[in-house]
Amino acid sequence: MKTNTNPYIPYPATVEETWYETGGDRCIKTFKVVFDDEEVREEWSHLPGQCAMIGVLGVGESMISISCSPTEGKFLRFSVMLMGKVTRALHQLEPGDKMMVRGPYGNSFPVDEWQGKKILTIGGGIGQAPLRPIVEYVKANQDKYDGLTMIYGARTSNDLCFKGEFEEMSKCDDLACHLTIDVEEEDWEHNVGFVPQMLLDLNPSPENTIAITCGPPIMIRFVLENLKKLGFEDDQIYTTLENRMKCGIGKCGRCNAGNMYVCKDGPVFNYAVLKEIPEAFA
Amino acid sequence: MSAMLLNKEKWPEFVKMLAGKKVLAPQADGDAMRFAAVAEGEAPALDYNNTRVPPKGALFPQTETMLKFQSGSEQVEEPQLDQETVVLGLRPCDARAMAIVEKLFKWDIDDPYFVRRRDLTTLVGLACIEPGMNCFCSSVGGGPASTEGLDMLMVDLGENYLLEAFTEKGEALLAETKDLLEEAGDVQLKEKEKVVGDAEQKIKRKVDTEGVPEGLPGLWEDPLWQKVSASCLGCGTCTYLCPTCHCFDIQDETEGFDARRCRMWDSCMFDEYTMHTSGHNPRPTRRERTRNRINHKYGYYVDKFDVIACVGCGRCTNLCPVNIDIIETIRQVKEAL
Repeated sequence: MKTNTNPYIPYPATVEETWYETGGDRCIKTFKVVFDDEEVREEWSHLPGQCAMIGVLGVGESMISISCSPTEGKFLRFSVMLMGKVTRALHQLEPGDKMMVRGPYGNSFPVDEWQGKKILTIGGGIGQAPLRPIVEYVKANQDKYDGLTMIYGARTSNDLCFKGEFEEMSKCDDLACHLTIDVEEEDWEHNVGFVPQMLLDLNPSPENTIAITCGPPIMIRFVLENLKKLGFEDDQIYTTLENRMKCGIGKCGRCNAGNMYVCKDGPVFNYAVLKEIPEAFA
Repeated sequence: MSAMLLNKEKWPEFVKMLAGKKVLAPQADGDAMRFAAVAEGEAPALDYNNTRVPPKGALFPQTETMLKFQSGSEQVEEPQLDQETVVLGLRPCDARAMAIVEKLFKWDIDDPYFVRRRDLTTLVGLACIEPGMNCFCSSVGGGPASTEGLDMLMVDLGENYLLEAFTEKGEALLAETKDLLEEAGDVQLKEKEKVVGDAEQKIKRKVDTEGVPEGLPGLWEDPLWQKVSASCLGCGTCTYLCPTCHCFDIQDETEGFDARRCRMWDSCMFDEYTMHTSGHNPRPTRRERTRNRINHKYGYYVDKFDVIACVGCGRCTNLCPVNIDIIETIRQVKEAL
């Protein structure tokens, strides 16, 4: 396989569309990209939860969640928060520009194992990026799952990603979308309050349900606590970790949490495994 | 396995016969010994204890080009790796370290640079006769004449070197130099056993690792990590000079239009190593970083690859500017279990 000869080689992909999800100093920009090489494009296959090393030659690479589901088509989507050197260079890319991509990396959400179950995603801020592929995957395979509930919150309505995509969800019987923001705003028709509290208020039954949470560490902590209050068992709960990464394939050393390399053994972890890793929430 | 004898007087000729290959051997570098390329016609004597810097750079250079490209282009080029190399006279602990690190570099996805260099490299070890003051190889699965990771081992028998090959590459080297060699007999093999046995006796320092890998998770919040890291300066010497430390950083460098992506040794003892772009650091102080270093070598690596990632070479202890002693650290871990 072409993409396997040297795992460190990135392949050029053309930026087809870009748009801003949020504004501010740490704005989030989404890129829809397509590999230039047909062979690379055809051989590429990823699952919800996986990541890719994306970057600009001469500047560097960052590990970013692939925020689209393979069911959406032969393209990739990345939602990148402006943070440092590499993300600044990425943010300068406009349609027609080239992004260098290698991957996909890491394990994935066990979406096959979850068939027949109710899926509950609980996201906060940019944490929705790795959850979005699950939402899209379940939407595309609705007959295989027993419904999807999405809880998503951010500080303000301007900090919510993928806003335009949620409306159609409310039209499907099996899909429920609950949005929340931290503080009251004019013209906001949805919930006001923190994500963990909204989870408690919605009071989802743990029966035949898988809960996946991703967001700021403090949110994850309280979501986990509240899922336990609601009667979820550890092995019904999944989350993703992130750490500084360089190689993406378990060699360079730095992303370990305990004896797990987040880039390779993760980023998806079942809570039953995760709670045994001492550094997991460091 | 073949065992041959090389009279020491023929050593310069032996080295000369390797011409065409890059030959690395320990040579004086200021007041220390260091593996360096042997100049044509030279044959450095192998009278040394161990090098300050391990020879890990033969397979994992301190800085290595991964990809070359032109500024503004998306075409990347891989470096051509085709230089056959012989590492002469490395110590068995350092060869074992290479075998240990190879497990990671071949874990699931091959690291193409390390694997290619290993394929191109013949590792010729030199058994230890006089262990260093902080050597403890025999406590962590090695020994003065350990053959793990080696293609060939040389044992100093006074007038002669005894040469034993363990791999095809080792056999090939014996075949190439056969005109200089004589068949070794039982006498020499017995002599080797005695020399190696004596060397083992001379290893003064010992560490008991029993129960350490399994016990480390339970010591996560133990005050011992504060204690053993209190004097640490965070200089990274212990990791740079460790033959099993394999962590690296990746950086892009541009000079005019010529640019490269390269990797370089990095150290888990540095603050920036794990620091997120946000400024959050999951290992904010030297306590967490020391805990990770010891856990990685004596715990995580055992969990993943079933071997302690420490070969007992003693370098981290010898060269720590504040005298942190890994044997003492492991002893404290044992005590806390």
